[in-house]
Amino acid sequence: MSKTLLATGTALATLLASTGASFAQTEIAWWHAMSGELGAKLEEVAQGFNDTQDDYEIVPVYRGTYGETLTAAIAAFRANEQPAIVQVYEVGTGTMMAAEGAVYPVYQLMADNGLEFDPANYLSSVVGYYSDTEGNILSLPFNSSTPIMYYNKDVFEEAGLDPETPPATWAEMEAAMNQIVDSGAAPCGLTTAWISWIHTENFSALHDLPYGTMENGFGGLGTEFVMNNEHLATHWDNLKRWQDEGIFRYGGPEGGPDAQPLFLAGECGLFMNSSAGRAAIVANADFEVGFAPLPYYDDVIDSPMNSIIGGATLWTLQGRPAEEYAGVAAFYDYLSSPEVQADWHQFTGYLPITNASYELGQEQGYYEENPGSDTSILQMTRVEPNENSKGIRFGSYTQIRALIDEEFEAVLAGDKTAQEALDSLVTRGNALLREFEAANG
Amino acid sequence: MQTKRTIFSNKGLPYLLLAPQLAVTIIFFIWPAAQAIKSSFEREDPFGLRTTFIWFDNYTRLFADPTYLNAFGRTLIFAVGVTFISMAIALLMAVAVNRLLRTGKIYTTLLVWPYAVAPVVAGILWWFMFNPSIGILPYVLGQFGINWNHRIVGNHAMILVIIAAAWKQISYNFLFFLAGLQSIPASLNEAAAIDGAGPFKRFWTIVFPLLSPTTFFLLIINVNYAMFDTFGVIDGTTSGGPNQATNILVYKVYADGFLGLNIGSSAAQSVILMLIVIGLVFVQFRYVERRVQY
Amino acid sequence: MVENRPWLNVATHLILIIGVAIVVFPVYIAFIASTQAPGTFYRSITPLLPGPSMIDNYWEMLTTGMSTAGAPPLWLMLINSTWMAIIITVGKISISIISAYAIVYFKFPFRTFAFWIIFITLMLPVEVRIIPTFAVVSDLGLLNSYVGLTLPLIASATATFLFRQFFLTVPDELMEAARVDGAGPIKFFKDILLPLSRTNIAALSVIMFIYGWVQYLWPLLVTTDSRYYTVVMGIKRLAARGDTEPQWNLIMAAVILAMLPPVLVVIFMQRLFVKGLVETEK
Repeated sequence: MSKTLLATGTALATLLASTGASFAQTEIAWWHAMSGELGAKLEEVAQGFNDTQDDYEIVPVYRGTYGETLTAAIAAFRANEQPAIVQVYEVGTGTMMAAEGAVYPVYQLMADNGLEFDPANYLSSVVGYYSDTEGNILSLPFNSSTPIMYYNKDVFEEAGLDPETPPATWAEMEAAMNQIVDSGAAPCGLTTAWISWIHTENFSALHDLPYGTMENGFGGLGTEFVMNNEHLATHWDNLKRWQDEGIFRYGGPEGGPDAQPLFLAGECGLFMNSSAGRAAIVANADFEVGFAPLPYYDDVIDSPMNSIIGGATLWTLQGRPAEEYAGVAAFYDYLSSPEVQADWHQFTGYLPITNASYELGQEQGYYEENPGSDTSILQMTRVEPNENSKGIRFGSYTQIRALIDEEFEAVLAGDKTAQEALDSLVTRGNALLREFEAANG
Repeated sequence: MQTKRTIFSNKGLPYLLLAPQLAVTIIFFIWPAAQAIKSSFEREDPFGLRTTFIWFDNYTRLFADPTYLNAFGRTLIFAVGVTFISMAIALLMAVAVNRLLRTGKIYTTLLVWPYAVAPVVAGILWWFMFNPSIGILPYVLGQFGINWNHRIVGNHAMILVIIAAAWKQISYNFLFFLAGLQSIPASLNEAAAIDGAGPFKRFWTIVFPLLSPTTFFLLIINVNYAMFDTFGVIDGTTSGGPNQATNILVYKVYADGFLGLNIGSSAAQSVILMLIVIGLVFVQFRYVERRVQY
Repeated sequence: MVENRPWLNVATHLILIIGVAIVVFPVYIAFIASTQAPGTFYRSITPLLPGPSMIDNYWEMLTTGMSTAGAPPLWLMLINSTWMAIIITVGKISISIISAYAIVYFKFPFRTFAFWIIFITLMLPVEVRIIPTFAVVSDLGLLNSYVGLTLPLIASATATFLFRQFFLTVPDELMEAARVDGAGPIKFFKDILLPLSRTNIAALSVIMFIYGWVQYLWPLLVTTDSRYYTVVMGIKRLAARGDTEPQWNLIMAAVILAMLPPVLVVIFMQRLFVKGLVETEK
């Protein structure tokens, strides 16, 4: 009760003093996009740091989806109200990298504050994704993930499928989806999050298909999209056909908000999502969950390439008071410790992004105790990445992601064939790339 | 412009009295509008670090962009749908309440409160009712063989947002229609009844024509509402999707500017919208409120 | 009633009952949802009868909120909304009534010009000039403050016009008499005009309170600090979560709480509300 009164008092006080209450500690705002179990764990990580020292307080603020968080941070930067730390997903990397003067590169931040920071400690595929052309790492890898497939072992059993042998190719997938629905084990076979990330970008990487020119955009701002090949078109057309047949259900744009509930409710037997969905799925599923790598088309490639990462890194924004940056550096140092990393990775399903945290997990015997928990890292590191599978880097990619969803929705609605949709995506996407090049050239 | 026969002759005071209103208007209305016009001729990077003057490029690109023309069409469908549905239901309710003496008040109370519901909340209420997996309406529609899916089918999404926006607006239209009906002299109706005209005929030949000033006024207000006040309905539900099916102009300004970070294009769209509002306000004051002398 | 036709009376009530049902149904469903136990929405259709967890759900949203969905405790957002609505109401009415007073009771250079400047506000709704207005507010350092939340919204052409219309109907004799008694403009305004305007002010307050409460886009933009979130803008973030993690019971509790205050205002001050609405005509 007295706490409520006190808080009311604070609210009244802030009415008069528009800048808000001041604290002895330096408060450091951390905008993030983690909700639910992940958000709770993230708050725990911040609290863990706050408990280790008294000078700084990391204040995590949930700002909506990744897209919303990025755009809110940019708007805030323009308004000079930016947080010191913002979590930006991998598709925002191109935008952030082009924004020299707005970001405080992490290598520089750590050096300025006299803290050691060795990129060699991180998984090479992660570091490569977030380094500039000179090899300097610009943002702190925090939560990298890769998409995997989840499946409902109870449904598999009921449908007469082997719960220990998930489908490996899309041909096997189609058979399994049909069997699930025909047997009445579940009303739908497959649902998925992230049409863009999983069924467009990762699809291209897994099948060794180029996504954009100039090494998928790593080579410079002059890149153009080339993902409108027949294989991707076939895949989209298949998804549309399966939707019509009732064995696949679309989960909505961006992260597919309807998809996970469909899987958890037992409506769909198979579900593709980020490996980081594991925390929430294991916590909320009342059935046994299986984990498997993403399927591939064996008529396109004999054995699939590696999948590419997603998730996010922490970017430091310029323009905050100097004492905040000392706190940010200390916090990054804390985040990079193997214990924090391993705990975060094991709880959430994000990749163990430092070699030390992966080794720590192995020593702890974590992967043997939790079969399937290393599906993601194995899938991502199973071959040496080539230029089609090392990732993508494009400007304005947040908007382009929205275009992918739109075009895919047009296919589902029967307005366009997949090939028409992909051609249109290339045209519209390239227009945005040229615009970005002009604005940042 | 009209004033009093006698007036105060104080020199400084009127300026002082007007100062707060004028200051707020100039700082928060006119200055930003001027800024919008300026930005509409510029290209800017998302962080606002570099700006280039590009003349009419933003405008020419907009009108060459099928998604922008699509937004015009979508706005039209949305505005017509919202206006028609909410006005038709409101008129029916008002005519019914007007027939009643004592119980009319109770019905009025039960009908007017949605005015106080925020558009975004109205959107979420209907979004929940139409939720494909747990919503009650898709279940009912399913019984009739309709496979409701506003995630994919653009028309379903459009119907959803039209219903949500119209639902909230019924109360407003209802009150104005009721006020209009109550101002029609009963003697007119009685005279027609004596001539043997039935209730439906009387409504269409006498009451409805007499209501036309109200109807026309509401038409403008509702179009205005559908075009500008429904941002929350869209943002709380479809966010303009699927595939731009519900991306109305006012939402697109926000989406392109704040989410798409294309400041120049968003500013150009703002300018075009301003012209539309000015047109609507002009029509409203030129043809609707003639009895009010400004 | 012109004539008595029983079937028409029955039809009238029937139409009204259906109409009321359409209007009330979404809120009924929302209320029912808000009383359900956690986990209800994982697999089944929304129930039609209340569940057991009403008090738990409301209490949780009021006191804890959903921090992982970016929503602070609802009581805090409700207080912010109340402040926002009240400040906007008081601000709009104060600045409008004095502007109208200046325009009606004084003659001075640029009077018509001032009137047109105020009129222009009608032509520039915030939705069409979002980004530059946001930029102005941020340049003035008003983000995350009650001033930033309210000040840009308090200019009002409609309220000014309403008071102007009303002042024009006030008999000139009143002012002449006041001048004979030696009353200056301020005394006249305070002692005569203001008391006469009481009903108008009250009616307009109801409308303006609702206007302030339902603001959505503006608070969404100018608050990045959750201490200033208003309940209406907070709802959206929650709703987005409803699709990924079906906690619709909590979300609907928040929805009900967010719409209750202004709805109660309309219901209990219906007479003033109707007067304010129909007479201001927007």
